[in-house]
Amino acid sequence: MFGQLIISGLASGACYALLAIAMVIIYKTSEVLNFAQGEMAMISAFVTFTLLDAYKIPFHWAIIITFLFAIGIGIFFELIFLRRAKDPSVLGLIIITLGFEMILIGFASWKWGPDQRSFPFPVSSIDTYNFKGLIVSKINFWTIILSLIVMLILLIFFRYTKLGLAMRATQQNPMASKIMGIRTKWILSFTWALSSLIGAIAGILIAALGVLDPPMMMDPLLKGFSSAVLGGMTSLPGAALGGTILGLIENLFGGYISLSFKSVVAFAVIVLVLCIKPSGLLAKHFVKKV
Amino acid sequence: MDIKRGYYEDIELFKSRTILITTIFFFTFLGFLPWLIKKYHFLGLSIYIVNLITIHAIVAIGLNILVGYTGQISLGHAGFFAIGAFVGVILVSKLKIPFFISIPFAGFISSLFGFLLGLPALRLKGPYLAIATLGFGMTITTIIKHTEFFGGRMGIQAPKLFLFGSQMKDIHYYYMIVLIAIILTIAAIKLTKTRIGRAFIAIRDSDIAAEAMGVNLTYYKTLAFAISAFYTGIGGALYAFILGFINPESFHLIMSITFLAMVVVGGLGSIMGSISGAALMTYLDIKLQAIQDIPRIGSLFLDFSQKYMNVAGLSNVAIIIYGLIMILIILFEPLGIFGFWIRCKRYWKTWPF
Repeated sequence: MFGQLIISGLASGACYALLAIAMVIIYKTSEVLNFAQGEMAMISAFVTFTLLDAYKIPFHWAIIITFLFAIGIGIFFELIFLRRAKDPSVLGLIIITLGFEMILIGFASWKWGPDQRSFPFPVSSIDTYNFKGLIVSKINFWTIILSLIVMLILLIFFRYTKLGLAMRATQQNPMASKIMGIRTKWILSFTWALSSLIGAIAGILIAALGVLDPPMMMDPLLKGFSSAVLGGMTSLPGAALGGTILGLIENLFGGYISLSFKSVVAFAVIVLVLCIKPSGLLAKHFVKKV
Repeated sequence: MDIKRGYYEDIELFKSRTILITTIFFFTFLGFLPWLIKKYHFLGLSIYIVNLITIHAIVAIGLNILVGYTGQISLGHAGFFAIGAFVGVILVSKLKIPFFISIPFAGFISSLFGFLLGLPALRLKGPYLAIATLGFGMTITTIIKHTEFFGGRMGIQAPKLFLFGSQMKDIHYYYMIVLIAIILTIAAIKLTKTRIGRAFIAIRDSDIAAEAMGVNLTYYKTLAFAISAFYTGIGGALYAFILGFINPESFHLIMSITFLAMVVVGGLGSIMGSISGAALMTYLDIKLQAIQDIPRIGSLFLDFSQKYMNVAGLSNVAIIIYGLIMILIILFEPLGIFGFWIRCKRYWKTWPF
């Protein structure tokens, strides 16, 4: 039982980690907390579903079109709404992302209705692998593997490519990187595109693990935030670690203590981390000067 | 003209005769509103909608004290609303306490939770506070949903209320809610003029500077949360009684965002703004929920959703328009209806120029 709980905890933790990474990428570059992240991911998952279900497109093409759509929606939001806000306050930015969230969830409920659907993922959710007695369902296994691959690609991207270096430079000091010849506005749009893309992967995985319906990302959104806070809000490895730890704690809590109060764990983690160590596990603490 | 020469001039409720006359006129209008609705179908309203608007106005004022005056973000007010609703109903139905005691009591229980949430919120700012309160709202709903005492997933039936031996109808609720709303509004206006209100505003503008001036941050921040939760709890209890039935599913994140939208649309840091924001947004919400009944546009939307969308989800157009209004307000008129009103006033004051 313990082994199974660990595996399924790792699988859901991997999804939270991807969501948290998507949030942290944006928060680091533009100090915007993206409350629309979950709904952007949900819409992307629905796009894949429609392509597969209604248009009968092969899975890999559907995924490629969805990724293009996710990139498009990220850039659209940044260009149309966020860039137009003149000198916005923290509250203003939060309200813009909340408004976008409302638009997306309203649109999804209008277009696809309130019914729950099962997501046609090519990996079956019933079949299992058997590793020397430890039974792992195929979908959990592939979720973990896929998330690890995505994280590895991100690591390589940020460390070894010129674009990744430009993004890190913009995150550290926008003015200096502008002087060095980096197009910071372009980088900002790219950041949103990248974050939306990672969110879309997380959304598809979450839909595959559970069900697909418009409010499906409400809980994962909170858990993504919770993982990001646990990792320190400004650290990508921290977000990945935070997501994994949250998934594990939550599943063990659900298995041994109480299944129905499982989603309270995320809130408890947020409150505890923020009260005891506000800088999180892996981030440096900044003291704001007046 | 606008120069204030003394403290008492500043805390006066009616600053000029115009305001006094407008207020009296408005109260008379409130008194005759049920008659207007019954006789002329005033604006297509019903007493139920007016009750809902008034309750939302109470909540919006409470949220504005927290967001607009103290500068603390909350995305968890649906949680306080749920606490107020469930406490109010359970006190009446299980403990047989009369409702005029249970409603303020619901407010106090809710403000106790506000105080508790205010404690961790002391160390949090901006985005972190938004995350923590978001989590609070969702957690309260989860706990209520999984506790048998609160009726579990199915929710509970609010008991019918009796006043002087006769069952209360919408019209009786109307006068009761309006009376409570007027008392709470005056209390809020007065509050913003006292030491407490000034401390709130100082914290909003700069908490470090406020602390240096001798404002006790711990006390005033938790107090702001408690007062805000008190208003929301009372709103929740009234909401439960006019609805007659509550289930935890309805107190979700979208509801918290709706409350925030009312405050933002009305204008941050303005009590009258909150009331007008609540009225506008609730009216829009109710009308857009039944968008197919609106003449001309309705059939257009129905055709469109039959062709490309899902007819079952047509009422969600309301949510889309809500989101759009929130974004547009922040982009083009950050002070909301209140800011628009100030601009109009200034224009007419200096008219020929």
